[in-house]
Amino acid sequence: MSAPDSSFLAPPAGSQVRAVHDEFHGDLLEVSMGPHHPSTHGVFRMIVTLDGETIVKLKPVFGYLHRNHEKLGENTSYLASMPYTDRLDYLNSMTNNWAYALAVERLAGLAVPARAEYLRVILAELTRLLNHSCLAGFLLQDCGCSGTPLMYAFREREKILDLFESLSGSRMMCNFQRFGGCRVDPSADWLAGVQQLTDGYGAFLDEFEALLTGNEIFMARTQGVGRLAAPLAISAGVTGPVLRASGVAHDLRKVDGYGAYPQFDFRVPLGDHGDTYDRYMVRILEMRESIQILRQALARLPDGPIMDPKAKLRGFRPKAGEAYGRIEGPKGEIGFYLISDGSPNPYRYRVRPPSFINLTILEDLCLGHTVADAVIILGSVDIVLGEVDR
Amino acid sequence: MTPAAVPPDRWLELAPLQLRDWVTGFLPASLQWLATGLITIVAILAVFGLLFAYLTLAERKILGRIQNRPGPNRTGWFGLLQPFADGVKALTKEDVVPRQADPVLHYLAPVVLVALSLLGFAVIPFGRHLVAVELDAAVLYFFAAGAATELAIFMAGWASRNKYALLAAMRALAQLISYELPLLLAFVPVVMLAGTLSTTAIVAAQGGWTLGVLPHWFVLTPWGFAGFVIFMIAALAESNRSPFDLPEAESELIAGHLTEYSGFKYALFFMAEYFGMCALCGMAVTLFLGGWQAPCAALECIPSYAWFGAKLLTLLLGFIWIRATLPRLRMDQLTRLAWKFLVPLALINLGTAAFWSLTAGWTGGLQLVRWAVALALVAGPFVLLGRRLSRGVAPRVYRYASS
Repeated sequence: MSAPDSSFLAPPAGSQVRAVHDEFHGDLLEVSMGPHHPSTHGVFRMIVTLDGETIVKLKPVFGYLHRNHEKLGENTSYLASMPYTDRLDYLNSMTNNWAYALAVERLAGLAVPARAEYLRVILAELTRLLNHSCLAGFLLQDCGCSGTPLMYAFREREKILDLFESLSGSRMMCNFQRFGGCRVDPSADWLAGVQQLTDGYGAFLDEFEALLTGNEIFMARTQGVGRLAAPLAISAGVTGPVLRASGVAHDLRKVDGYGAYPQFDFRVPLGDHGDTYDRYMVRILEMRESIQILRQALARLPDGPIMDPKAKLRGFRPKAGEAYGRIEGPKGEIGFYLISDGSPNPYRYRVRPPSFINLTILEDLCLGHTVADAVIILGSVDIVLGEVDR
Repeated sequence: MTPAAVPPDRWLELAPLQLRDWVTGFLPASLQWLATGLITIVAILAVFGLLFAYLTLAERKILGRIQNRPGPNRTGWFGLLQPFADGVKALTKEDVVPRQADPVLHYLAPVVLVALSLLGFAVIPFGRHLVAVELDAAVLYFFAAGAATELAIFMAGWASRNKYALLAAMRALAQLISYELPLLLAFVPVVMLAGTLSTTAIVAAQGGWTLGVLPHWFVLTPWGFAGFVIFMIAALAESNRSPFDLPEAESELIAGHLTEYSGFKYALFFMAEYFGMCALCGMAVTLFLGGWQAPCAALECIPSYAWFGAKLLTLLLGFIWIRATLPRLRMDQLTRLAWKFLVPLALINLGTAAFWSLTAGWTGGLQLVRWAVALALVAGPFVLLGRRLSRGVAPRVYRYASS
């Protein structure tokens, strides 16, 4: 980990909130933003206390989408939980699958063939492109663009979803990974489709950036807004692009070197300010690195089986023990913690959802900023309520 | 009112007036003044009512095309009946009034808003002979009527008894008051140079062409161009259009002051927004773009109202384009843009206009000096103030982890 920038030692702009009741300033206004609000990205609720338009207190309320995910996992077989993981972060089912498969493989001691590892990398990086594109689109939407960036992002997302659909049969709920490999071996046509998408994606990013990254209004809206200091980010357990935007070099693809990642040459972009603009830019730069990873993976994709021959779908009973599998999902560290007692179901099934943990710092980011800022700060933290509430 | 001799090639120009006189001719002479007035009002309501309907369609279509989607295309050919379907929908929807709301103010706000936003059309010269009311202080009247719409928006926000609506009402007041100033200051040079507050006289002052092709529109002078740009930015803010749509910022305040409105009252707010937009663009055309004047002498055969319409639609298209392109400003940035950028620029522009007016007699080489000085007076403050405004905001360079 690199040393944090010294400017982070100063308290963030948000924490300097003056005492509220004085003669000039009137009463505080408590506004319940959500759970039905256009910009809370689902059924999330923020109870904000406003002084004028400035936020002096923010209480996040969630749980509206709670579906008992972890208890369900303890009452079904290991494999039956796989499709449920699709529904955690419903934008990124491929990475959810991978993290869960990784945990079970560690528990059961399964090896994954090289071709499957490469496929997983390809699918994970496609998912990263998809997630970050959508995030950039939604963030701009929250900034008040009337849909144009979002539609551009969705156009690209559509291409990736088409690929997912032709491979796994489902656009968003892919249910693709299996313990010890992948479900389907892709055809040459499909790989050519990924190659075509990879070759075209840089042009899309260039177009997107030309339209937005240097936009004066966008920079003015996001730079210096919602600064997250590295010490707070670390102590709060924040991961993913939000953490890296605060200048902490922590990317599980490098740190853990899981899967086939050590064989690829890619860089990890870091932000220096930890503000909303950095969080946006880090994701844009990560997408460019993802394109590099995809190029290398497609060029070197080995032949061979896609499943560990020892793996069996039916009567799967890992021996008693515990395992934690984590990967660098697009939103941060997505991890699954499993305890097996030797039965067909996990004894304990626990999800470490990145967007839930990243969300815990929301009040720190928003204090002292305005309602309009709170909306884009929330957008830049990148949450999916399916994962937050589980 | 009918001119004595109508040149044969000018019949299109006079057709609307002759139609009006033909209709009023059926009435007794004592009632003709009333009929004339009513017909004018009906004509304005009909033309701009239809323009509102099709402007909403055009906006949705153009936004759609810009965003890689077709836009409404199911009702009628190419969706041409969509505005009427929307109108029927708005009329048949239930009109919900919150129990906590102030019913009288809640009801009055949209009505007052539409009524006030229509007032401005009275003094805009739509064509050579088409102006509803000849007023000596027409420009002053126009902006006074426009300023009153702020009251209606605040009424809507206050009467709804909704916290979002209240926040929006506060935003609307701050925004509209901030932008009233640059809006007014931007047109003062026009009044200085034209020497009149009458809209018809201002258009007449922009008549004529150099060499038959270069029109004498104010926008083609340095001070006029600066004034036009300031005016249009302030007009965007005055009509609550993106990127200044803070009062109804849907990603922050749900629908702002419109949150508690439904049914036709909701539609009335949009009607008022589009009327206000049309009126401000019409005023911009009148003040800076030569009103109904043709761009060159050879094109004068096209009726003047067609030129006015073409210029008006061009400006409206610009509004729609901007809406599809730009993110929204924050409240403090919005007011900072007004007070620290537009107002000083508009004040300096007064000086530029004064210089331009004083040097009207300069010819030959001095003419070049006059242009150079005026351009410097416009561009210099723009660059300096702009740099101040965007201080601390710049694209960044990113580093990568060392491993």
